[in-house]
Amino acid sequence: MTLLGKLDWSAVPFDQPIIMGTVGGMVVAIVSILSLVTLKGYVPYLWREWITSVDHKRVGVMYIVLALVMLLRGFADAIMMRTQQAIASGGGQGYLPPEHFDQIFSAHGTIMIFFVAMPLVIGLMNFVVPLQLGARDVAFPTMNSISFWLTASGVLLINVSLGIGEFAKTGWFAYPPLSELQFSPGVGVDYYLWSLQLSGIGTLLSGVNFVTTILKMRAPGMGYMRMPVFCWTALASNLLMVAAFPVLTALFAMLLLDRYLGFHFFTVDAGGNVMMYVNLFWVWGHPEVYILVLPAFGIYSEVAATFSEKPLFGYRSMVLATMAICVLSYTVWLHHFFTMGASANINAFFGITSMIIGVPTGVKVFNWMFTMYGGRVRFTVPVLWTIGFIVTFVFGGLTGVLLALPPVDWQVHNTLFLVAHFHHVIIPGVLFGAFAGYNYWFPKAFGFKLDESWGKAAFWCWFIGFHLAFMPLYVTGLMGMPRRLQHSDVLAWQPWLWIAEAGAVIILAGIACQIGQLVVSIRNRENLRDTTGDPWNGRTLEWATASPPPAWNFAVQPRVHEIDAFWAQKQRVLARQDLPVRQREYAPIEVPKNSPTGFITAFFSVVTGFALIWHIWWIAGLGLLGAAVTLLAFMFRAQAEVEISAEQIDLFNRAHPVEVSL
Amino acid sequence: MRYGLLAVVLISASMLGGCSEGVLDPKGPIAFAERQILFNATGIMLAIVIPVVIATLGVAFWFRASNERARYRPDFVYSGRIEMLVWSIPLMTVLLTGTVAWVGAYDLDPPKPIASSTKPIKVQAISLDWKWLFIYPELGVASVNQLPIPAGTPVSFELTSSGVMNSFFVPQLAGQIYTMAGMVTRLNFQADFPGTYRGMSANFSGDGFADMHFNVDALPPERFAQWVASTRSAGLALDSKSYADLARPSAAVTPFTFHSVAPGLFDNIRMSSMRSDDALCQSYPNSMRAEK
Repeated sequence: MTLLGKLDWSAVPFDQPIIMGTVGGMVVAIVSILSLVTLKGYVPYLWREWITSVDHKRVGVMYIVLALVMLLRGFADAIMMRTQQAIASGGGQGYLPPEHFDQIFSAHGTIMIFFVAMPLVIGLMNFVVPLQLGARDVAFPTMNSISFWLTASGVLLINVSLGIGEFAKTGWFAYPPLSELQFSPGVGVDYYLWSLQLSGIGTLLSGVNFVTTILKMRAPGMGYMRMPVFCWTALASNLLMVAAFPVLTALFAMLLLDRYLGFHFFTVDAGGNVMMYVNLFWVWGHPEVYILVLPAFGIYSEVAATFSEKPLFGYRSMVLATMAICVLSYTVWLHHFFTMGASANINAFFGITSMIIGVPTGVKVFNWMFTMYGGRVRFTVPVLWTIGFIVTFVFGGLTGVLLALPPVDWQVHNTLFLVAHFHHVIIPGVLFGAFAGYNYWFPKAFGFKLDESWGKAAFWCWFIGFHLAFMPLYVTGLMGMPRRLQHSDVLAWQPWLWIAEAGAVIILAGIACQIGQLVVSIRNRENLRDTTGDPWNGRTLEWATASPPPAWNFAVQPRVHEIDAFWAQKQRVLARQDLPVRQREYAPIEVPKNSPTGFITAFFSVVTGFALIWHIWWIAGLGLLGAAVTLLAFMFRAQAEVEISAEQIDLFNRAHPVEVSL
Repeated sequence: MRYGLLAVVLISASMLGGCSEGVLDPKGPIAFAERQILFNATGIMLAIVIPVVIATLGVAFWFRASNERARYRPDFVYSGRIEMLVWSIPLMTVLLTGTVAWVGAYDLDPPKPIASSTKPIKVQAISLDWKWLFIYPELGVASVNQLPIPAGTPVSFELTSSGVMNSFFVPQLAGQIYTMAGMVTRLNFQADFPGTYRGMSANFSGDGFADMHFNVDALPPERFAQWVASTRSAGLALDSKSYADLARPSAAVTPFTFHSVAPGLFDNIRMSSMRSDDALCQSYPNSMRAEK
């Protein structure tokens, strides 16, 4: 037993030019950003205003920045895979050997689900939900910061695996026995497991936090049936997180016991049973789909209502549909493995339940359409993403129903048809929604709008690129091409794979447009400035405060009398033809105090995770101790809140007048 | 709308493109029935999906803010009739496709024998790292990475794995089924016409996965008999020792055959991966078709 466990210089793949080049580039980028920040003297500002911030808006923004950075990493993996398959489907070996290709598709899936889609959705909920509820913050602000930093820990570990050791070569769901020690003796699966365990704890805490916030912290008068529909979808999504993520954590704990302590939950011998892993994985995995998709549905609802200048059509129906999906999402997991040989009874049951989920989803599509019916639709960037979503997603839903038919599933499961299907629902269903939300709420977060023409260019590149990249995969899937194929000798697949490659390049152009949009908007921010706090003629409470909102969100707690409270207030003001007398008497507000707890806990978590991966037990022990001491220190803190004086609030409100106050 | 329809165009293109090989070019009764279900369900849903897409684009376009002729109705937020309609349209669609799913799951259940006057031929398939071993227990021969079968005769499979999970898949003959260590799954198919059909593992199983494909050679019965005879007269014997050699990981293995097979080898392979007494699984032998 050595001091550093399994870790030595052979862990760094010096002989792999592609990996070393990427790692070198990442190290240079990180070092130069860090030194720039240090030299410019930004460190105290970052520490004070962001790293230790427990403000839900700051935490939300950090989630989204993290997700967008990881989107670049995940996309780089994607385009490498597409290129490899396009080159190597004519009998050649391509440029990626199997052991590298296998890591890339595993990392792509893991990163896109856990470190792009999840933080995007959680980040948007963080920023928006308390504002829409008329609340000052989430229920547990410091826990919120811990959640974020634990997610960041997972991100860090998964990126470290690129340069030190390897990542899992098992696919993103790491089915045993392949992921067991017998077949994957390296550290790849351990990187996968520990990074997801860390971020999984963060996600579970987020879920607890938001369920509590939505149930307990709504503004006075905001009954459940007056809640903005995005808050409803957030509630459903967080309920699913609370119920589903413990399953994943327990499942990974069992696999870790197998790998570290010689247990036999899922091993080939001694009574292990892989079917238990597969079942439990998808008991988490299918609700996970709705954890991601439901908040995006909420965003589409907000966008459709706001930009049609109409309330959402069939609000009660939408709420019912949301909660129906929330419950039904637990009854369909078996459709991920109709090919496992379950009996016809079981297959038929789960096939039908899977289709039933299509009913509330279909209702939503119709209601979005009727929301626009009779409206005054402004074709802004968020609306483009929304309409793009509807016309794309219904076809993704169509192939989903096909996959819910057991006999069809047997034919196309594990092929590129399946890959095309789930990208066909997740990209429009989650990513388009997040982009709509990003464009919609950006002015609220930063006080200026994003550039429209760059935003539209980004949308069209994504929309066209998406179809070009994934429609051909349906074709190759029907031609019998399995997923995760490093090379093949079937020439008939190759032209389709090249079309898909072209689509990926167009998506790349879309990403470039999004970066361009951000740069242009920042440079042009004075022209794009939102001085009213209500740039879109909004309906819900987040538009009733300044852009960006102060730390305390609302100087006076809003009172709610109906759905779309802010819109109704504006109508009343218009009807009276006068502006309400602005209240000048403010009471002091207590806001939660900044805390480095999240950052420090996460630091120790990374140390612990890394040490466990490499079997360096003494460092793992120290790391755990450090994290525990940090949390203890937080529990015994002397002061939890700081007071914002009435003068400060008054000063802010004079500097940032809003046209209609509540 | 152009781009919404792009999907439809490409899906129909896929039907043309797929005609040469794959799911859309079935060569046996099971794959044929599965393709029919695929077509029926696609048709049912396109009848809903295409109008929805056209209506959405039409509504969004007509009610654009700049259209003076469109009537602004901010109070149009609820209509009982429309609610009724929007819940019942998807519900009825699901009723239809759900029935298709129910009937299909029973009719085409992989373990269900194919009705035929010809006696089925038994094959035991074992996925190894990274090749396929096919044992013909009644004929006493075995074959690696190639699966000769008589055309027009049902083939009845028992499948297991030496370790890692794989999926046995011949798209032109039937849907796939997993192979799992310590368990047996069952599948039946039949090739109606002589020909060579591509088979593969569809479930990722490690570094050699890409080469884990094989050809199903559907031969006229008399040529199949010839193959059996010539296989019996040459090559190696498959016993526990040669199996141990074969089971060592290797990729892109050129097909070869064994002239004899030690009796009970398939069961030994299945049992070797479950040495302990697994009381739980034995007490529920029928809880899953993949019996322990």
